[in-house]
Amino acid sequence: MSSLIDFPILALLAITAVTIARMRDLWAAIMFTGIYSFLSASWMLILDAPDVAFTEAAVGAGIATVLMLSTLALTGKKDRELTHAPIMPFFLVLITGCVLVYGTLDMPHFGDPQAPIQLHPSPSFVEKSQHDMHGLPNVVTAILAGYRGYDTLGETTVVLTAGIAVMLILRKEKDESPKKRSKETRR
Amino acid sequence: MKTFPIIRIVTKILIPYILLFAFYVQFHGDFGPGGGFQAGVIFASALILYGLVFGLESVKRVAPPIVIEKMMALGVLVYGLTGVLTISLGGNFLDYQVLEHHFYPTIFPVGQHLGIFLVELGVGLTVTSVMTMIFYTFAGRKRIA
Repeated sequence: MSSLIDFPILALLAITAVTIARMRDLWAAIMFTGIYSFLSASWMLILDAPDVAFTEAAVGAGIATVLMLSTLALTGKKDRELTHAPIMPFFLVLITGCVLVYGTLDMPHFGDPQAPIQLHPSPSFVEKSQHDMHGLPNVVTAILAGYRGYDTLGETTVVLTAGIAVMLILRKEKDESPKKRSKETRR
Repeated sequence: MKTFPIIRIVTKILIPYILLFAFYVQFHGDFGPGGGFQAGVIFASALILYGLVFGLESVKRVAPPIVIEKMMALGVLVYGLTGVLTISLGGNFLDYQVLEHHFYPTIFPVGQHLGIFLVELGVGLTVTSVMTMIFYTFAGRKRIA
């Protein structure tokens, strides 16, 4: 029954990806990346990962689209027309794709209880978190903030650092007063 | 976009629910799906939606950049100070077990719950403000050439 939803979503993801790659109109391409994000969010939800689906919907479909559009407002709307058929990149992508598919052949099946990730250390977290966290039902939060508190502190710091970097690069030169400008020219 | 009545009114109706959902995801994170990262981006997307429809100046009045700037660091500070607090109470860094207290435990979260609550609050603050700040810096720029 679930394949009735699975296959159309995966097919739509593939179709959207190909459409984005073939598009020369950047505005439409950005809209399609938004659609792609929404499809991924639905896919995450089917895979029982609502946290990731939330994030994908908010960041991928919402904020990223807005940021792309504001970038578009600063640059141009059209990509250059292709002057030649890109044969070499096509083969490169094809070979990389084949290697990736070959890599998935060795991977355990989806939801396989014997998969390495299910054997260590996941069961101990799942079994013990109820006791360790005094009945905190959400294992994901327990692992993120409890067992892996250091990692999450690091992640938060990465977010802060990324924000500072974006601010430093993109920040508008604040009201270029003649006083400041003269100081700069003097230097 | 202020001149389109449908967009304006739909936005005004939707924003409270988006904010409410963000708070729900933030404070319900230890029970349902969610947590600081998700809540942060949902909260920021509400601010960004407001900024898109009513203009950059309006959203800067709601969330002044100078406050947002400080909040970026405040979130990490809250996280780090939670760790320092647990050390000063005699535990390890981020060892929430020592946050156990007997002051209305039915109302205020206790121990692990309190620790995770504080930590997620820090994450939420940082993610919200960083996302909003990125929008400000992008939208604040003028077209080149």
